[in-house]
Amino acid sequence: MAETVKEISKIIIQTLLENPKVPRNISPESKIIEDLEFDSLAVMNFVMEIEDKLDVSVPLDRLTDVRTIRDLADAIVSLK
Amino acid sequence: MDIFTKFKPLEAAFDQLISFTPHNPFGVTIQKTLSATVGIINGKETLLFGTNNYLGLSQSEEAKKAAAETALIFGVGTTGSRIANGSYSLHQALEHELAQFFNRRSCMVFSTGYQATLGMVSTLAGKDDYLFLDADCHASIYDGSRLSQAQIIRFRHNDPEDLRKRLRRVGDISGIKLIVVEGVYSMLGDIIPLKEFVEIKKEENAYLMIDEAHSFGVFGQHGRGIAERDNVEKNIDFTVGTFSKSLGTVGGYCVSDYPQMDQLRLCTRPYMFTASLPPEIIAATRENLKIIAARPELRETLKRNATQFYYALQQAGFKTGPDVSSVISIILDEIPQAVHFWNRVLELGAYINLSLPPATPDNRPLLRASIAAAHTEAQIDQLVKIYIQAAKDVEVTLN
Ligand SMILES: Cc1ncc(COP(=O)(O)O)c(C=O)c1O
Repeated sequence: MAETVKEISKIIIQTLLENPKVPRNISPESKIIEDLEFDSLAVMNFVMEIEDKLDVSVPLDRLTDVRTIRDLADAIVSLK
Repeated sequence: MDIFTKFKPLEAAFDQLISFTPHNPFGVTIQKTLSATVGIINGKETLLFGTNNYLGLSQSEEAKKAAAETALIFGVGTTGSRIANGSYSLHQALEHELAQFFNRRSCMVFSTGYQATLGMVSTLAGKDDYLFLDADCHASIYDGSRLSQAQIIRFRHNDPEDLRKRLRRVGDISGIKLIVVEGVYSMLGDIIPLKEFVEIKKEENAYLMIDEAHSFGVFGQHGRGIAERDNVEKNIDFTVGTFSKSLGTVGGYCVSDYPQMDQLRLCTRPYMFTASLPPEIIAATRENLKIIAARPELRETLKRNATQFYYALQQAGFKTGPDVSSVISIILDEIPQAVHFWNRVLELGAYINLSLPPATPDNRPLLRASIAAAHTEAQIDQLVKIYIQAAKDVEVTLN
């Protein structure tokens, strides 16, 4: 079971890379909206995927402070 | 950098779109309406398939007359909110009639459908509560969830099992769980499998709110929507809807059996802090509600028209949504092609809607037609011909 921010960041990146439209060179510091060119809907769809992968609930209101992949991983760790 | 810098990406996207479309899909002007189904656009008689005038009642003679007479007596505006500036007896009469129509204890009328969902979602879900929203719910529901202080969980569209999984994942919480769904989804016209949602709501001890914006007046023996059609009305906690589609005017409502509805008038901000509906709109809405109750044949005609259009499109090889409702969309792959198709349809004499991602499911462009009881068989036939011609002209591959 992935528990640390580092492990969860890795899983997020793996999941993102399954989408061919996502740039190949992403890192935990990549900004989800700006660097990945996600619109608000794409972000919400991605969160649904991650919730299923990690079996965790990520309420959408928690995303207001999330900008980078690491921020998302932080949020998930705090929810677990 | 200035205050508008953040809109640069939007501006660029719009400029790009506009560079190859002769007509602005977001700026269509109807210069005159000749009937519920024909208007003048760009100086030309055009078939109207881009409204939500499902029963044609925006042009009902009874409503027009009632609106005019009421304006002569009461004036044209209330100039204030029901809470701060008082109600007219007309508001209360309409609320009473709507509650009766739905066989519910209470009804609250709002100034728009947007405010009805915004108000109910934001007020009912409090700080310790969880909202479960269908992924394709209307913007007003998502905006309401942001205005609320609740935790928001999104579930996969029309997927009861996915909802169940997410409800269970959240587990025991100190607050309540409110599920929000729609009867007919506005982009693709697809219908909710409501019975399955009701089962889950019961099992998981959650509340259920349904927005019947596109199904009121269209489905159910009496026109009360999908909950009536599926015979589950007693399991719906809150029904919201709008006057702007089958009722042909403007406004919104929530009906429910909970006696606490009266308290909600004192804490629902989109109800309290805005002016109430003007008298002539209330009068017109009351007349059209009577027509919906008295003329079930309108629903039959609408169903016949929608069925004719849906199967003709499938026959021609267009990719449609899964269900027949008053919203019938075709799905294309590429945005430029959808824009060209939309323009061509307008040039050939019909106004339909162009819907683009991210407002559409699956990131695909849609061409959306609203079918009305007021359309004739010949008009529907004409629209099918226009679609086929447009597909040929802009090279949409048909199956
Ligand atoms: C599902 C849904 N809910 C609410 C609304 C808002 O209604 P109105 O346009 O009457 O404010 C709409 C339509 O715009 C809708 O499609």
